Amino acid sequence: MDLIKMVEMEQMKKDIPDFKPGDTVRVSVKVVEGGRERIQNFEGIVIKRNGGGLKETFTVRRISYGVGVERTFPVHSPRIDQIKVVRYGRVRRAKLYYLRDRIGKATKVKEKRR
Amino acid sequence: MEKAILATKIGMTQIFDENGEVIPVTVVEAKPCVVVQKKLEETDGYKAIKVGYGEVKPNKVNKPIKGQFDKAKVSPRKYLREFRVDDVDKYEIGQEIKVDIFKPGERVDVSGISKGKGFAGAIKRWNFNRGPMGHGSMYHRRPGSLGATDPARVFKGRKLPGRMGGKKVTVQNLEVVKVDPEKNLMLIKGAVPGAKKALLLIKNTVKNNK
Repeated sequence: MDLIKMVEMEQMKKDIPDFKPGDTVRVSVKVVEGGRERIQNFEGIVIKRNGGGLKETFTVRRISYGVGVERTFPVHSPRIDQIKVVRYGRVRRAKLYYLRDRIGKATKVKEKRR
Repeated sequence: MEKAILATKIGMTQIFDENGEVIPVTVVEAKPCVVVQKKLEETDGYKAIKVGYGEVKPNKVNKPIKGQFDKAKVSPRKYLREFRVDDVDKYEIGQEIKVDIFKPGERVDVSGISKGKGFAGAIKRWNFNRGPMGHGSMYHRRPGSLGATDPARVFKGRKLPGRMGGKKVTVQNLEVVKVDPEKNLMLIKGAVPGAKKALLLIKNTVKNNK
């Protein structure tokens, strides 16, 4: 009996879609602004998944107004309303740090045939 | 001391609070402690309770220790510890002390035996600064001067390399995040001394939080 897993299980989400580095996802984040809650979308390529259990995080990279933006979210965070996979990518690495050095068309990830 | 309990460190993880913020927590398992003996002002000169904690095979308990448990008519436990309490009358011999004496939001002090670091140098043990690594320095991790030349001796208490860790350490004023009396679990915000499976003493804090 793993007690730490038991503690973590209580807060773990069960409806997380199966997504991997290279996939394009749309993350709906709950944002509180002046006492009001609204949902903000962040869409981009998953460049890594890190950790396991309740501690697992993933990083999404997108180019916003010509500037590269990376956001890291805990997978099981209650602030995340929904994660939607937009496109499955075919990559040969677990961590896509090489995308940071690329600009323009070279940042494209090939789509996976399924 | 108002109340205290013995517990086992399970390990660390993190949980989300109601705002979705991550809190680092230590998971602590506190199976019921059983009161084995009461020490009273009249008989012993001070007020304390002696408690047993943890499971043990009966054949692993030696006779003098077993005698103490037999006198209280409780089954032998792995650890036998004594701590002072303000009010001994609240406790009965054979009574079980459970995690639910603590409530979420309460502050506690946690004592344990820290992880042993072996023979450690002055940099690791006393946070000394290192000498330069390059330019032919040849003076890298040594402790430096041991004092003035005039007393012709080194004063007691000089910080030098030596055994580090393996000592009793108390971390004060930690917040209780969650208590699960069914599973005998308690989540404490932050880190706690000792290795996993180590024995801990959790007591209400001496800090004044008003």
